[in-house]
Amino acid sequence: MKKIAVVGYGNTKFTKDKLPIESLLLESTKQVFDTTKNLSQDLIDGVIVSTNDNSKYLGAILSELSGIKPKISHTVEHLCSSGSSAVISGFSYIASGLVDTVLVTGADNIGNSGQILEWDKSRGEYDRPIYWASMFTKAHKRQFNTTDEELAIVSAKNHKHAMDNPHAYTHKPYTISEIMNSKNITDDLRILDCSYSCSGGSSILLSSEKTAKKFTDQPIWISGIGQKTNSASFTKNKLTTLSSSVMAANDAYKMAKITPQEIDVAEIHDAFSVCELMAVEDLNFTEKNTGAQYVRNLFNTEDRKINPRGGLIGAGHPLGATGIAQIVEITQQLQNKAEKRQISNANHGLIHNMSAAATSSSVLVLKS
Amino acid sequence: MNKFESELKTGNFVTSECNHCNRVVWPPSDYCDNCFQKVSWRKISKNGTIIELSKKENDVFCISEFENKIRIMGKLDAQIDMAKPGQRVKLSKCLFNGKNRFFFSLENN
Repeated sequence: MKKIAVVGYGNTKFTKDKLPIESLLLESTKQVFDTTKNLSQDLIDGVIVSTNDNSKYLGAILSELSGIKPKISHTVEHLCSSGSSAVISGFSYIASGLVDTVLVTGADNIGNSGQILEWDKSRGEYDRPIYWASMFTKAHKRQFNTTDEELAIVSAKNHKHAMDNPHAYTHKPYTISEIMNSKNITDDLRILDCSYSCSGGSSILLSSEKTAKKFTDQPIWISGIGQKTNSASFTKNKLTTLSSSVMAANDAYKMAKITPQEIDVAEIHDAFSVCELMAVEDLNFTEKNTGAQYVRNLFNTEDRKINPRGGLIGAGHPLGATGIAQIVEITQQLQNKAEKRQISNANHGLIHNMSAAATSSSVLVLKS
Repeated sequence: MNKFESELKTGNFVTSECNHCNRVVWPPSDYCDNCFQKVSWRKISKNGTIIELSKKENDVFCISEFENKIRIMGKLDAQIDMAKPGQRVKLSKCLFNGKNRFFFSLENN
């Protein structure tokens, strides 16, 4: 298969402000043009937009607003993992030889409609994400004796990391005690255990090996991809394992020809605190039933290996942008350009992005 | 409105079923997800089992499973500390008012 790299990127600030979706997409795309050497519109032959917004024809609209006349342009929607799904589409277009350079831009607004899957009738009236998250959390507590303190450590760590992320939705640190005593959403969920819907955009520029060095001296290669969809209905899920993530990760590791222990830095889908505890186990960073201890050790040693930009809890969750923002972070880490967030000697990175209570997942492995 | 929702509106909890494969087709659909034959419809047993539960304010909610396959979320008419996974429940009421709504009660209560 052809080698394909991330050769440019851009981010808007994640905010509470509701903005026209086109403005978010364009602002993020402008950052790519501002920061990528030798980039001109005629060199981009694919434009893919990732969003849950209901606006139509955004691939073409973003192309026109950016002065690009691509061979391929369209929108990808896949709920919370729209961003990684759009990147996988862009990767595939280049791998097929149809195009050489693809811009992938994702954006969503605060309170967008992607938070509720109306089709899933099995959820009854309990259709908001807090309800599946409560089921996951209660089941995790029951099976592994997970405590509220262990859940709060995830949030404390990720809010702390977000302090050094200039694009994060919030820069407020919280103590474990403050998180444990924050407002009860349900018996099993505090408000500070939840990621926040917000407005924001993120972009990456993908390029074939043939053209990558034109745009950057440090291309970051996408070496592994795994994606798995088990269902759309939440209630079919196992409650203590992100089974689609397990399968996606296994495929990504196999394609990248590496082991989980070789991953130096990862952005994982902490939609709620319990998701990070499950993900570090299901991505095989640590054994089952040791996720809480693993995250506690990271927190106590100030190791930023997991969610250095603050994850979804710290940085915010503009759905269509999230998977792309995760890739931007790992790209910066592998280029040694993550400033205060930098992990030392990072050579392999991973992103984990999932949708609708892990009914589907994407895992990408990147290398410098 | 599909068959599942129109039946729910009259208080009936139904599932699609494939007579060719002799299996329940859930979530409700027009065709079997195995052989793509047209489904038939029938009422579901109202006796189920709690899979997991939690509480929001005074509202206890849970996932309950029926016929070893069909899982739905609904409101449980019980104190949270009186219920646990594995406990038998009865579907006491269901309705459709823009959203599916399911109500469970503990068996033997």
